[in-house]
Amino acid sequence: MAIWCTDLAIDRWRLAEGLTPEKAARGEGADAAPLALIEDTAHGPRIAAANSAARAAGAMPAMRLADARTLCPALAVRPADAAGDLAFLESLALWAQRWGPWSALDPPDGLLVDVTGVAHLFGGETALIGDAMHLLDKRGLAARAALAPTAGAAWALAHFGAQAAILPPEADPRTHLADLPVAALRLDADVILLLRRLGLKRLGQIQGLTRENLARRFRNTRSAAANPLLRLDQLFGLRPEPLLPVVGVSAPLVQRRLMEPIRHRTLLDQVVADLAADMARLLEGLGQGARRLELGMWKVDGEVLVRRLEMAAASRDPAHVCRLFAARLDDLDAGFGIELVRLRAPWTEPLLLAQADLEAAAESHGTSLAACMDRLTVRLGPDAVRRPVAHASHLPERAQRWQPPLADPPSSQEELRFHHRPMKLLDKPESIAVIYETPDGLPRQFQWRGQLHKVARAEGPERIAPEWWRERSTVRLRDYYRIEDETGRRYWIYRHGVIGDGRGGAPEWFIQGLFA
Amino acid sequence: MTENATIRDPVALTPGLVRGIGATARTPHWQPGLALDCFHAELFAPARDASGAGMALALARDALRIQKSTQGPDRRPFLWVQDKAALRLSGRPYLPGLPADLRHRLIHVAATTPEDALFSLEEGLRCRDLAFVIGELGGNPRALDFTASRRLSLAAEKHGVPLWLVRLDARRDLGAARMRWDVASAPSSRPRWNEHAPGRPTWRADLFRAHTFHPGQWTLRDDDAFLVAEPATSAPDHGDLVHGSGDRSLAAG
Repeated sequence: MAIWCTDLAIDRWRLAEGLTPEKAARGEGADAAPLALIEDTAHGPRIAAANSAARAAGAMPAMRLADARTLCPALAVRPADAAGDLAFLESLALWAQRWGPWSALDPPDGLLVDVTGVAHLFGGETALIGDAMHLLDKRGLAARAALAPTAGAAWALAHFGAQAAILPPEADPRTHLADLPVAALRLDADVILLLRRLGLKRLGQIQGLTRENLARRFRNTRSAAANPLLRLDQLFGLRPEPLLPVVGVSAPLVQRRLMEPIRHRTLLDQVVADLAADMARLLEGLGQGARRLELGMWKVDGEVLVRRLEMAAASRDPAHVCRLFAARLDDLDAGFGIELVRLRAPWTEPLLLAQADLEAAAESHGTSLAACMDRLTVRLGPDAVRRPVAHASHLPERAQRWQPPLADPPSSQEELRFHHRPMKLLDKPESIAVIYETPDGLPRQFQWRGQLHKVARAEGPERIAPEWWRERSTVRLRDYYRIEDETGRRYWIYRHGVIGDGRGGAPEWFIQGLFA
Repeated sequence: MTENATIRDPVALTPGLVRGIGATARTPHWQPGLALDCFHAELFAPARDASGAGMALALARDALRIQKSTQGPDRRPFLWVQDKAALRLSGRPYLPGLPADLRHRLIHVAATTPEDALFSLEEGLRCRDLAFVIGELGGNPRALDFTASRRLSLAAEKHGVPLWLVRLDARRDLGAARMRWDVASAPSSRPRWNEHAPGRPTWRADLFRAHTFHPGQWTLRDDDAFLVAEPATSAPDHGDLVHGSGDRSLAAG
C-alpha cells in the first residue's frame, strides 16, 4: 500500500496552528488566507509549499517569493521546516505499521506499507484502504492511498490513479496501468523531460517499444530513477525492489518527578543515584549497556539543564555512572529548584550479563581499564587521554598519531630496525645555535636553552626529504644527527637544508628529540 | 574497617627489611633483576635530557621481566602521565623510539596542572588492568606534598600497581617513595660497528634513599634484554665526609 500525503508541509503547519479537523475544516479559519511556506535558496526565498487559497491566487510551489508576491500581495509567509517534515514522516511511518508488519519512507511526503496477507484482518482490501483513509483524515492529513501487488505500482496509482485505487492481483497490470503518465515511474525530472521530447507520455507507449531500444537509450543501470526500463520491471514485479524498513528504537528512559523542588546538591546526588539504579535495572532487562547518557533536569521556572556523558565501553554500573555525573554537576544552577530529573540512554550497545565478582576482596581489586579511562576523560577531557599509533609517514612528527585509548589500533608497517629514533619528541623543534663543519659536516658544539653542549660523539646524517606530494616545493630537507655530548646526554638534532640548495639562506639547526 | 584491612602492613611488606643489631651489615645491596617489592619509586632527573623517563622505563621493564618469568607474558597497557611543565621541558613519548615490547601498550595522559596529574596517577594506580604507571612532573609543585606522595604510595601498595615517578629539575623534598633515585646521563659504551656513534642508553644512578637496600651508586646500561649495572667508576665525591641525615638507609634503624 502506498500513501501519499499531498499537503504534508501545509498540514503540519495547520496542526501546529491548532487547526485540527474537529475545529476547522480545510480552507477555514487561518487557512482561508493565502499562506506559503518558504525556504531560503541561493537566489532568495522560494516557496516550498502553499495552501489552497494561495494556489488559487497563483502562488505555486517552487516559485520565487518575489514573483508570488506580485501575483498575490496578501500572501503570508512562514519558514518551511524540511527536517521537521522528515521527522514527522518517520513517526507517521511507525504509526502506519498498524496496517502491516513493516513500512518504509518515501521522501519527501510518502509512505510504503507492506500489507501482504493482512487485508483479511481488516475485512478485505477495500475496508483496509478505507480504514487508512479515514484515520489519516482524522489526523488532519490530506492523503491519497492505493493498493497494488508491487510497491512501484502502488506508488503510481497513489500519485496518478483514482483515489483509493486497488489493483487486484489477478488483473493484468499492463492494461490497467497503461494510461498513467510516465511520471508514475518515479523517474528523475530530466529523464521525464527526455521521454516527453521523445513523444512518450503514457506507460502504454513505453511498453510498446522493444526492450533493446530502451536499453540502448538509457544506459545508466546503477540508478533506477534514471532508467525507465528498470522502473517498468519493478512496476510489474519482474525485478526486485528492496525497501529500507523503518524500525522504531526507543531510548531507555527513567525519570523521577519530585514532590518538592530540590535546590541542594546532596538531594540531587541521591536522585541521580536512584535514577542510575533504575536505569541499570532497565538496561539489564534489555541486555544493553549505555555508551551515552543524558541527564535532563527540569527547573521550576521551565528551564532545562542537560548534562551529557559518553563512556569508553558499554556500562550500566550505577556507582560508575554516579561518579562520572558527580564531576559534571558541580556548575549546576538550580535556581528556584528542580522538579523533574530524567535519565536517557540515547546510545546503547549489547552488554550481556556477567558474573559479579563474588570474592570479598573484589573491592580492593581496583577498577577496570574502561572505568579508569572514563574517569580520566571526564575530568581531563577527551583530548588529554590518548594512545599513540603509527602512521605511514617518514617525517618524524607525522609518523605518530593519537587516538582514543580503547579504540583498535590501525594496521601499520613496522619501523625499520636500523633507524634509531628518540624516546621523546619535543612538541615543536627548538632552534639551536650549532658550530659545525660547513657545508655539511658533523656538529661540534651547540647551545640550547642557554647552555653549551660539546659534542663528543655523533652519527649521521640521516637525510629525510620533505614529502613533496603534500608540501610546497620550497620546503627544505633535513639532515638528522644522533649526538652525545661530553656528559653523556643524547639528542636528536637536524640541520634544516643545505648550503646552496636554493631554498633560503644559511641552514638553521633544530633539536627535535631526546634519547633515553 | 575492611578498607584498612587490605592495606598491607608496611613492615611486613618488605621481606628484605632487616632490623636490630648489625642491620647495616646485613641489609642487601640493590642489583637489577632483584624482586623489589617496592611499588613507589621516585627518580630525580634533569629536564634537559630524557634520562629520567628512560631509566623509569628500564626499571619498570626490569620489574616486569621478573613478573613475566613467574606469571607468563603480560599484555596489559601502561599509563604515562605528564603535566604541562614536563611536556614543555622534555617533550612527549615517541612511539617508534619506545622499547618494542612496550610500544603498543602506552596510554598517554597530558594533564594541564599538577593536581590533574596527581589525580590521573592515583586513578591509574587503582586500575587493575594497568601493568605500571609512569608519572612525570616538572619542578616542585605545591600539590605534591608529603600527604599527596603518601596517598600515591598507599594506592600503589594496595592495588599492586607500581608507580615510577620522575621529577624533572626538582629539589629533593619530602616524599613517601620507597626508593629514591638520582639519575643523570652517562657516556655510553662504544657500539661495535661505529665507534663514533652514541651507544646504548647509559645512566649514572644514585640510590640515595631506600627502604630495604643500602644506598649506592651505579652506572646502569639498558641492554634491551636486561639491565646491566656496574659500580660507579668515578671516584665518589668526598667533599663532605659525613652523610646528610636524609642520606642513609631506613633499614639502618
